[in-house]
Amino acid sequence: MSRKLLIEHAEVPGIASYETYRKHGGYASVEKALKTMSPDEVVEEVKKSGLRGRGGAGFPTGMKWSFLAKPEGVERHLVCNADESEPGTFKDRYLMEKLPHLLIEGMITSSYALGARRSYIYIRGEFMYVLRILEKAIAEAYANGMLGKNILGSGYDLDLVVTPGGGAYICGEETALLESLEGKRGNPRMKPPFPAVKGLWGNPTVVNNVESIAAVVPIVNEGGEAYAKIGIERSTGTKLISASGNLVRPGVYEIELGLSVEEFIYGDNYCRGIANGKKLKACIPGGSSVPILPHYLVTKTAAGTDRLMTYESLADGGFASGSMLGSGGFIVFDEDQCIVRNTWNFARFYAHESCGQCSPCREGTGWMEKVLYRLEHGTGTLEDISLLEEINKKIEGNTICPLGDAAAWPVAAAIRHFRDEFEWHVKSPQEAQTRNYGLIQAPLEA
Amino acid sequence: MIKVTIDDVEIEVAPGTTILNAARQAGGDLVPPAMCYYSKLPGTGGKCRTCLVEVAAGSTADPRPMPKLVASCSTTVMDGMIVKNKTSERVQTNRGGVVEFLLVNHPLDCPICDQAGECHLQDLGYEHGSAKTRYREERRTFSPIDIGNKIKLHMNRCILCYRCVAVANQLTDSRVHGVLHRGEHAEISTYIENAIDNDFSGNMIDVCPVGALTDKTFRFKSRVWFLKPYEAECACNKCSGKAVVWMFGNEIFRVTARKDKYGEVETIEDKTAWICNDCRFDKKDPSNWTLIGPRKIDRHSVISQGKYATKNDNNPKLLR
Amino acid sequence: MKADHPQAVNEAPIEFSANTMAEINRVIGLFPEGKQKSAILSVLHLVQDEFGWVSVGAMNRVALILGIQPIEVYEVATFYTMFHLDPVGKNVLEVCRTGPCQLVGSDDLITYIEEKLDIKVGETTKDGMFTLKTVECLGACGYGPMLMCKYQFYERLNKEKVNEMLDAMREASNS
Repeated sequence: MSRKLLIEHAEVPGIASYETYRKHGGYASVEKALKTMSPDEVVEEVKKSGLRGRGGAGFPTGMKWSFLAKPEGVERHLVCNADESEPGTFKDRYLMEKLPHLLIEGMITSSYALGARRSYIYIRGEFMYVLRILEKAIAEAYANGMLGKNILGSGYDLDLVVTPGGGAYICGEETALLESLEGKRGNPRMKPPFPAVKGLWGNPTVVNNVESIAAVVPIVNEGGEAYAKIGIERSTGTKLISASGNLVRPGVYEIELGLSVEEFIYGDNYCRGIANGKKLKACIPGGSSVPILPHYLVTKTAAGTDRLMTYESLADGGFASGSMLGSGGFIVFDEDQCIVRNTWNFARFYAHESCGQCSPCREGTGWMEKVLYRLEHGTGTLEDISLLEEINKKIEGNTICPLGDAAAWPVAAAIRHFRDEFEWHVKSPQEAQTRNYGLIQAPLEA
Repeated sequence: MIKVTIDDVEIEVAPGTTILNAARQAGGDLVPPAMCYYSKLPGTGGKCRTCLVEVAAGSTADPRPMPKLVASCSTTVMDGMIVKNKTSERVQTNRGGVVEFLLVNHPLDCPICDQAGECHLQDLGYEHGSAKTRYREERRTFSPIDIGNKIKLHMNRCILCYRCVAVANQLTDSRVHGVLHRGEHAEISTYIENAIDNDFSGNMIDVCPVGALTDKTFRFKSRVWFLKPYEAECACNKCSGKAVVWMFGNEIFRVTARKDKYGEVETIEDKTAWICNDCRFDKKDPSNWTLIGPRKIDRHSVISQGKYATKNDNNPKLLR
Repeated sequence: MKADHPQAVNEAPIEFSANTMAEINRVIGLFPEGKQKSAILSVLHLVQDEFGWVSVGAMNRVALILGIQPIEVYEVATFYTMFHLDPVGKNVLEVCRTGPCQLVGSDDLITYIEEKLDIKVGETTKDGMFTLKTVECLGACGYGPMLMCKYQFYERLNKEKVNEMLDAMREASNS
């Protein structure tokens, strides 16, 4: 069983209250940082830890922090991205609901490191009940001197506010989030300037995922080097994985990076295999935006080595035979699932969530959705399959923000690995309405 | 000054200049097209993606190429940057893709559109479009609406460049129209019936790159290429009074601002020569104006292929 | 007026209750001086909590409160899908239809509720008790199929649970 650095106490009764959280070692990182460390020393520990952004992009958090501009007399902000909306991802909700004080502790320690005195948690509006939990916890933190003026006598002041979104996946993109936080439509901004230079209200801003901010707590408590010893290579520490789909035991798991995919899907401590005794057909390992893998590339790489839960191993083989760790939204398909239907479903998601600002995404996502709808509903043609490939090549890389890529990759990957199933939908439209295609064969077995 | 090479042409520009503006300074056919960027409206650009270019070398200091194509309107040049536009097949292919995206939901109603002949989307379509559409789905449609009694909005034709929103934000005191909904359902609208009542609102028509916003006082009166544009002037207490009047015989059919070859309102005496609604909509009597001479339309549109710019035109005979 | 927005006629700003106003002032106060527009999403949620939906009259009031143009409120309210811009039933059932939920039966869940309430997605029951909507991923993928109603998540749903849930909602709304 892996070590748990984040959610070990998640099921302790009353852990959402300040008192119980404190009894279980809570707010130690705030004491350590504010009393014994300079802000730069905290940043240094985060750099040493090798922590990579847990929201999906995997950018080193310490490096992101070091880019923050610090002009004299200009306010800086830390903004927590709690807009968790990537299909397949529900770890942040679990963490915030169970351990609100862990996020608040991380916000205080991180804000101190960055010199932010006004920090925000932007949480998706659908999580309103979690927002209430956070509001209560923030009030407790103020009452106990962890927020507000002169925290723990250190002279450091911090105000923390939690505020809701209104239903928009795109606000998980950091500049769209900032626009939304300013009370506007969630249209991503043109970059540069990056938020580290011009962010919230034009002030230098760092935007971090909930889990990244929470991970700062064990990093400060135990030291960056100790944290970096967990995991493999550039995948250090622990990661929350949200497991969904056709599993015996879906849910949120904290794993040490480096665990084998085989163990994660079938192990007794994790998902315990495919539900209802069925076979694995496919897996999207990092949230709906990352490429889907057919069953024969899930637990093994194309080279035949064991596939591990790390940034590197899941990406092994590039887009030809690999995928990405992404946000850790691990979606599992059993043998009875229809890839065409699922691809259409996700395409509909992206079309629905496109902000509509730039033309390739606005028009391209809608177009792909309509073509996939026809393929799924029996009126597609073989040309449609190549048309989809063409459309997604014209979207990919050509948009303002990564939503375009996120919409294009899943379609490209589904066609790459499951072309036979798409063609079957075209050639046997009636049959495709009544039964599923079943498992595809690995090229070598064919 | 900063040295930058665009399509093998080396030029020097001031630091902070964007690739697109550097290209415009160089001139010629290496200038990328721009459907949403408008140099006179700060904050515009980056959205339509037609001005994408390839950066083959980032700078002298860091000569690595940029992995993605970049929007030339919002990317600043670096010393030693090498940019490819016309000379990049990748750019041409992807620009073709963008044009296709802009056209999939476009009604292609040029035969009845007032913008035909001076439409930037038409120009792009000729240059990068394909003769046949691959779009088999139903096109999205909206009903045309009036934005006040002088401006017609055909949302079907809109490419969501946001320029008209910038005009309302920057030239008028209160904006009543904007972008509603999102994704492919995004639309320019007032949401509720709401007239735009402002002296400078008519400039939205001039900045619109397509036929989405048209002048109701000119609708269906004539094709633009049948009209002869003249530079004209009037005494106006609201604007510069420097405009172009579009005539047929002795009649003024419409009035627009003076626009340059990129379709942007010209700078005259250090100021962008926006015109007011009185000049645009109400001064249709030739006695309102002093004609200066024929206006050359310096864009490759059907207007410039017309016969108006003959030698005789230095002396507008028709008016006598 | 636009034919496709039957609700979108200009209306005089409506009044909000004292409770709503107090909450609105609190959330505005969370932001620095001059940045009150940042509270717009919180304010729209509060308005919807009071009236069940967000009318033009309500948005016009929000514009006055925040000191912005009405169009800025319309732009925001139409961008974010949580805001109902048309009247809805007392209980809005928002069923997640996205991939992970679909893998575990959200299509069947939607069909079952449609049959049970005798309405289609997007419609409201004749008695005004329920509106059925489908929404994109609600971040409960491991606990699907699921739906949200009044910010509450109903997870791992099956027919029995749906029956119980609907009965409980009906009772709560009638009392």
